[in-house]
Amino acid sequence: MAPTPLAVSIAATIASLVLLFGVLELVRRRRLREKYALLWILTAVVLLILSVWRGAVSGIATALGVSYGPTVLFAVGALFILVVLLHYSTVISALTDRTVVLAQKVASLEQRIDELERGQDSES
Amino acid sequence: MAKRCLAIIPAFNEAGAVGDVIRAIQRERPDVDVAVIDDGSRDATAKVAREAGAIVLQLPFNLGIGGAVQTGYKYAWDNGYDIAIQVDADGQHPPSEMSKVIDPVASGEADMVIGTRFREEGGFKSSAVRRIGIAMFAWLVSTIIREKVTDTTSGFRAVNRKGIALFESDYPQDYPEVETQALAHKHGLRLMEVPVQMEERQAGESSIKLWGSFYYVVKVTLALVIGLFRKPIPLPEEGGH
Repeated sequence: MAPTPLAVSIAATIASLVLLFGVLELVRRRRLREKYALLWILTAVVLLILSVWRGAVSGIATALGVSYGPTVLFAVGALFILVVLLHYSTVISALTDRTVVLAQKVASLEQRIDELERGQDSES
Repeated sequence: MAKRCLAIIPAFNEAGAVGDVIRAIQRERPDVDVAVIDDGSRDATAKVAREAGAIVLQLPFNLGIGGAVQTGYKYAWDNGYDIAIQVDADGQHPPSEMSKVIDPVASGEADMVIGTRFREEGGFKSSAVRRIGIAMFAWLVSTIIREKVTDTTSGFRAVNRKGIALFESDYPQDYPEVETQALAHKHGLRLMEVPVQMEERQAGESSIKLWGSFYYVVKVTLALVIGLFRKPIPLPEEGGH
């Protein structure tokens, strides 16, 4: 199969670079933690490689029997989005668990403060 | 007036070792208050620490080393401590060496002092992989801060009020030891290394396991490089956060 059309390659390269620098800028401004940026950076780097290396996409397309090469770019992009979303679902689950523990802790602390205040009232 | 100093001991399932560490600090430096940050331990860490006479801050769940240590710096900031020194709960930082780390901060010679294990013979033997990792980050951090740094992974460190203010506001979360040196330099703190003896770990596990090494290297390198392009954060004034 012919390599990726040049226009597609250029557009995809620009899009990958925008994603990569966008993620790095968010980390620099402390809007995104390094921990959660790593998966996005991996996504951007893989897409960048596939965009620049025009033979790679057509090679994968031939191996998979895909008739229109650049479809592989979409497929890889979609796969990474799924992985990122799944990762975020686990992160949200962990955050939910922590919120529950925090709420329970606050309730327990309020009860203890209440008890201490009552103890003071009865002394005075 | 004498300077008030707080020893910050982050502890996760260290019931077996933390009691001895607290008692050794009280023996060596009775003037230093001890605060144990129990990072969501399942074992009796908090109970053991309280019975040994330490201030205990018990986190409701495991925050990881960065979040735990920062809890200690926030406590030091809120309670007006002049100096804070980090000591590991597993006994690898001998309290008999504490004064070497505290003194240059107390005398005003440096804003942050790191007790390092490589400048003196006979203290510590670590694995080859660990040595290479430590050497690589030492080189990277030395390049960034343009000062010779030999041990970026040592958690045996002391800071003055300015350092407490910085770490109270901003402290790296996952693997903080390497990044804090670059962060402190960025905020104009004067760093100093002093050689200290360190013990082999008594109990518990290292916070960095082998399988996590790759993630550790990538994450810390990313943080160090991006940190170069960050602006310093404004430090809190007394009474503020």
